[in-house]
Amino acid sequence: MSEEGFEFSVGPVHPALKEPVRVKCKVEGEKVKDADFELSQVHRGIEWAGTKRNPVQILYLSERICGICNICHTLAFSRAVENIAGIETPKRAEYIRTLTAELERIHSHILWAGVAANELGFDSVMQYTWKTREKILDVIEHMTGNRITKAMITIGGARRDVTKEREEKIREGIEYYRKAYDKLENILLQDKTIKARTKEIGVLTEKEALETCAVGPTARASGVGKDVRKTEEYGAYQDLEIEPITPDMYHGEVNGDVYDRIACRVLEIKQSLDIIEDCLNMMPSGDIKYEENIPKLLSEVQGAEGEGIGRHEAPRGEVIHHVKLVGEETPESWRVRAPTYNNLLSWIPMLKSEQIADIPIIAASIDPCMSCANRAVVKDGTALEKKRLRELSRKKTKELKEELGDV
Amino acid sequence: MYETVLTIALVPILAALSIVLGLFYEGIVRNLKAKMQSRLGPPVVQPFRDVRKLLKKEDVVPKNSVAWLFKAAPALALITTLTILLFLPVGGFDPLLSGSGDLVVVIYLLIFPSLALTLGGFSSSSTYSTVGGQREMVKMMSYELPLAVIAVSVAWLISGVEGSVAAFSFEAMSENVVWSLTGPLGSLGLFILFIVALTVLPGKSASLPFDASKAKTELAEGVKSEYSGRSYALLYITDCVKMLVFATIIVGIFIPYGISGFLGLSSIAATVADFAFYLIKLFLVIFLGSVFARAAFSRLRITQIVKFYWVYSTGLSLLGLGLIVLGGYI
Repeated sequence: MSEEGFEFSVGPVHPALKEPVRVKCKVEGEKVKDADFELSQVHRGIEWAGTKRNPVQILYLSERICGICNICHTLAFSRAVENIAGIETPKRAEYIRTLTAELERIHSHILWAGVAANELGFDSVMQYTWKTREKILDVIEHMTGNRITKAMITIGGARRDVTKEREEKIREGIEYYRKAYDKLENILLQDKTIKARTKEIGVLTEKEALETCAVGPTARASGVGKDVRKTEEYGAYQDLEIEPITPDMYHGEVNGDVYDRIACRVLEIKQSLDIIEDCLNMMPSGDIKYEENIPKLLSEVQGAEGEGIGRHEAPRGEVIHHVKLVGEETPESWRVRAPTYNNLLSWIPMLKSEQIADIPIIAASIDPCMSCANRAVVKDGTALEKKRLRELSRKKTKELKEELGDV
Repeated sequence: MYETVLTIALVPILAALSIVLGLFYEGIVRNLKAKMQSRLGPPVVQPFRDVRKLLKKEDVVPKNSVAWLFKAAPALALITTLTILLFLPVGGFDPLLSGSGDLVVVIYLLIFPSLALTLGGFSSSSTYSTVGGQREMVKMMSYELPLAVIAVSVAWLISGVEGSVAAFSFEAMSENVVWSLTGPLGSLGLFILFIVALTVLPGKSASLPFDASKAKTELAEGVKSEYSGRSYALLYITDCVKMLVFATIIVGIFIPYGISGFLGLSSIAATVADFAFYLIKLFLVIFLGSVFARAAFSRLRITQIVKFYWVYSTGLSLLGLGLIVLGGYI
């Protein structure tokens, strides 16, 4: 340990992180002087595997990109494929999709609150929030047949209908969370020790949020009113009034600190409850699938050619799937951009000049999901060095420009 | 001569007893904390199982460490912790080394386990341990002051009793229960000091909310992060015994009552009753100081810990001292 400080790294294996990433900090005493991170500790080759399968099979793969928010990936992928093939989804299916996506948001946010509490060493809150989360898992299980991996979405529709019995169960769940919400809000936003550990910690200003391209609650907590549900107007969201949640709705000001990110997510739980209720009330009748027969659907999709983009506001922010179909059985390319990929960069301004003790909660405050974000692998640190990567990208841009005739 | 032999023979018995009791209380603490978090929790004997397993495991010494210091530190920590017990009234008995040391000695000795832990952490050459060691030192410096104020207040009260010479000794404290020496104002002061002592307990045994030095999600157990196997088992036992030791000090100062006189028992029955009562008192102190705090608060930053001890705890303890002095003159 010298006067200039030392390097303090959290990860790739560390109790604070549930997934492998390495946060490297230059530390002086307890103060973080500079921060950086290293990705690519996991690479599962899901996109590569996808290009060896047909779109309906990819649905199942895409569901396994993320354990927590799996609806968002299938939804974005389906929307990309529907975009190419020009498939019109029935209105009722859109409502069911929206409803499931919002159920997932509640589940994801409550799960995150527990993880954040654990980072603060507040295990009682973690246990309480996770106990509260059980109810939403029950509702999801009743509706989709599974607790986590829901398998609700198919190309051009939803796979299960909301029957009367299921609707009752969902309404019961909403009632439960309306009651539990006050206590949850009180614990997460009013507790003195949580306030002491999160207020004015890990500040991300609005300018920095825009510069680092943050998305989702991370951006909204800094006052950037980004929400795909409002800007894209898809699914049932176009019929509903969606206001991006910013922390000033809770306490009248935007600080962009960890506390604001908690506030943002807590308020979004309430917003999701409203959306689910609206979906149930406004649910139109009709089919839930564009095409029942899967071989028929496949032949239609496989005949299509072109590129498509599917966007969705996942619990962590905007997720984008890009698919290129070339009239063959398998897509030529499939690219996933998970929200964590955008949000990771905001770690650097957040971590600067904070204490070592705040690294875990700041890292957790963007709700990182590493296995979603990782799309490249570094072999022995040599195969894809920064320089080499830059060369490759420039080469590709040049090729693309030539191909497009724009030189 | 006979007495010296008896004392020496009793030392290992006391050590064994305190280790068993410490692990037993840790089991209760873990189980109760789980219950408070609506978890099932481990059985009370879980710490014993943990230690048994750890003792069988390989002891890994990091390559860049100062090996002898790294290995010696856990033993040093445990031995010094057990040494403190020789000066404490355990289970209604007088201290084993009564007459040779008092509260001041105990407060000095309390520094050694932390010091040994820090040395072990520094010698392991891990960044986590180094930061943990620094935090341990800072924390130690911050809770010593309120502790010293408590000792002085109690001694000041006892020194007012006629004929008493050793104001800091635990025998004097058990003979003259501090609450009986002062009026309502002084009692209020004493109660405040009791609360302050309870706030120091989690700091001493490095449990939440003052566990910044080992902070699982920040430093991966801090000073202990490089330890494994037997050494880790020793450190684990040390933490449990430390909790027991500090709770015994609080019991010795503030609730030195026996129950045998109240129940009218004598000889063996009295000893057993007093010992059982001592266990209950210990449980009470540990529950208030450790279980409740572990379940009700989140971990504080080291700067917040220092502020807590230097501003709030010290301020409160000085207020307590002031009230006692005021009560003495009224």
